[in-house]
Amino acid sequence: MTTKDAWSGKRVSLAHGAGGRAMRELITGLIAPAFDNGWLAPLEDQARFPYDEVPVGASLAFTTDSYVVSPLSFAGGDIGTLAVCGTVNDLAVGGAVPRWLSCGLIIEEGLPFDTLRAVLQSMARCAREAGVAIVTGDTKVVERGAADGLFINTAGIGTIPAGRRTGAREVRAGDRVIVNGELGDHGVAVLAARNDMALEIPVRSDCAPLNGLIEAMFAAAPRLRWLRDCTRGGLATVANEFAAESRLQLRLDEASLPVADAVRGACEVLGLDALYLANEGKVAAVVAPEDCDAVLAAMREHPLGRRAAVVGEVLGGGHPGLVTLRSAFGGERVVDLLHGDQLPRIC
Amino acid sequence: MKYVDEFRDPLAARALLREIAGATERLGATPERPLQIMEVCGGHTHSIFRYALKDLIPPALEFVHGPGCPVCVLPMGRVDDCVAIAHQPGVIFTTFGDAMRVPGSKGSLLQARADGADVRMVYSPLDALELAAAHPEREVVFFALGFETTMPSTAMTVLEAERRGIANFSLFCNHITIVPTIKAILDSPGVTIDGFLGPGHVAMVSGTAPFEFIAAEYGRPLVISGFEPTDILQSLLMVLRQLESGHATVENQYARLVDPGGNAAALEAIARVFELREFFEWRGLGSIDHSGVRVREAYAAYDAERRFVVPGARIADPKSCQCGEVLKGAIKPPQCKVFGTACTPQTPLGALMVSSEGACAAYYQFARREPVIPISCPQAAHAPPPPEGIEVPGEAGSPREAVA
Repeated sequence: MTTKDAWSGKRVSLAHGAGGRAMRELITGLIAPAFDNGWLAPLEDQARFPYDEVPVGASLAFTTDSYVVSPLSFAGGDIGTLAVCGTVNDLAVGGAVPRWLSCGLIIEEGLPFDTLRAVLQSMARCAREAGVAIVTGDTKVVERGAADGLFINTAGIGTIPAGRRTGAREVRAGDRVIVNGELGDHGVAVLAARNDMALEIPVRSDCAPLNGLIEAMFAAAPRLRWLRDCTRGGLATVANEFAAESRLQLRLDEASLPVADAVRGACEVLGLDALYLANEGKVAAVVAPEDCDAVLAAMREHPLGRRAAVVGEVLGGGHPGLVTLRSAFGGERVVDLLHGDQLPRIC
Repeated sequence: MKYVDEFRDPLAARALLREIAGATERLGATPERPLQIMEVCGGHTHSIFRYALKDLIPPALEFVHGPGCPVCVLPMGRVDDCVAIAHQPGVIFTTFGDAMRVPGSKGSLLQARADGADVRMVYSPLDALELAAAHPEREVVFFALGFETTMPSTAMTVLEAERRGIANFSLFCNHITIVPTIKAILDSPGVTIDGFLGPGHVAMVSGTAPFEFIAAEYGRPLVISGFEPTDILQSLLMVLRQLESGHATVENQYARLVDPGGNAAALEAIARVFELREFFEWRGLGSIDHSGVRVREAYAAYDAERRFVVPGARIADPKSCQCGEVLKGAIKPPQCKVFGTACTPQTPLGALMVSSEGACAAYYQFARREPVIPISCPQAAHAPPPPEGIEVPGEAGSPREAVA
């Protein structure tokens, strides 16, 4: 869908970040209408909330994340969907109900307004889907070359209902590890969008706000032990965080890891490991064994959890802090943290 | 997934493992005096660790991880040359991904990029040629490395550059050839390798003939092997059967890809563009005669070594490094003095810690704190299936555990 308006075909200039008339036009003409809500509407330097927005007994959760991705859009999303979903998910995995987001834009001079508008529309759509409001923001324009098109920072505030307690301390030996679906889609979608290899890979990013799914999981089992979203570094990295912080061993089961065929194929060709590929709509949950079936059933009822699977187990004794993977043949190996990015293998 | 899952079938693997256990027993090997089978290629090493195959074979059988990781065996001086070329004005330096992190004496290409050099990752030398076509004002250099597996694509790219008249493309040639190195290992004193898994992708290009001498002159069995877990297990069994028969020969397990005559078009392209160097230096092994190739005079215009001034310094391996002994099967990676302490994948001292295909990196990554669980392999009769749950073998385990 292309929108034709006064911005179409034009590009952002340094004037749009200079605090004057051009910036005001950008904010009132493009940004505020996209995010349209009562908290933002006064266009003050801050959003203001009455105390009673926070339910009695609840706690507040507060997070921030910066988003840089090249290219700005890819199959299944763009930097705007990432900027909203990522922060929403960071709140939701803490057991919080995400409420309000900020939006800081750092725009490189010369960015087409059509691109900016598409990103803002993505943010607005994801915010609606997640039930959050983008209530305050900031816009800077930097000289050509000083940024890569567009960087976005979003901070988010959520409320954690009374009684929810998740974290490393809650994890026990015998707990199960569940993920809500296929791993590595986002990482491969971005790789494919970079277009620097002659491969057409039919994979879309899994980018999605997970708060609805996570609420359904809490409804099924109010005492979920621990949740993390599997973003950069993939499930392997989250599993290592689980193991290190709980000081327990975690064993993944290779045969039960959900990975789409197209992602497996891309990994085979490029020498990558789906366990380490990024996701933007995947949550790993540690649950008590007695809650496992209920949580799994609740996840599979939700559109974002249809392929949910138990992928591992927390072990007592063994090697505290270690993540291992049991292969389909019965062998077992260590799944370590990577030093940096995965680099494709040459042979 | 078709053409992959068939070769990762646990049932097929179990059947092969049963036969491997039987043959190993019949050969009279013991954990104290294990049979040593060298997998030459880094791709095999990767599969062996990824599928934890070394935990599944009998303790009386041992994989020796060979020198077939081209990234690992690249000497530091050559990396320094890359960095020097990359820093020259106007150069776009292109490389395969896993060569980015290989340390030279003054840092890696990743570091050179952070320092301002234009270093870019490509998936094929043809991508580098396209960059040259798109940036006629720049000098595009491709970091050519690898065995016969990657040589043809580099050669074809040079021929393509000539055909299209692209003059701002050159390659920094570090291609090496595996056969002289296997010979050097077999000639070194104290080597007790009983048989070889031959490099499938190299053989796809070279054919099987270059490996014949291993059976004919050294009396060691060699089986050209594919890279999937059942490929490797089947090849291992074929080696054991040769040992049982007492007759060494070269066999081809990877017949679905490897033509015994090799790939004529690829070999022709290689012969047109490259010629053998008198010697080439290997990290961990030193200088080996006729083990590398360079660009022929006729294609000098595409040779970065002729077009750019490179330092060309020879940097000795750190003294504490025992890569050479690991490569020859004399010690296992964790027996090296600096394994996991001074030498880790983050700060590799030695060649074998550099790439994920290197034996030490593979040990560190996949097996460092192994074995976590006694492996429930019904074929390994001396290692009965473990009880459900976790059990850590005692310190005084089998020698295999003691070294790992």
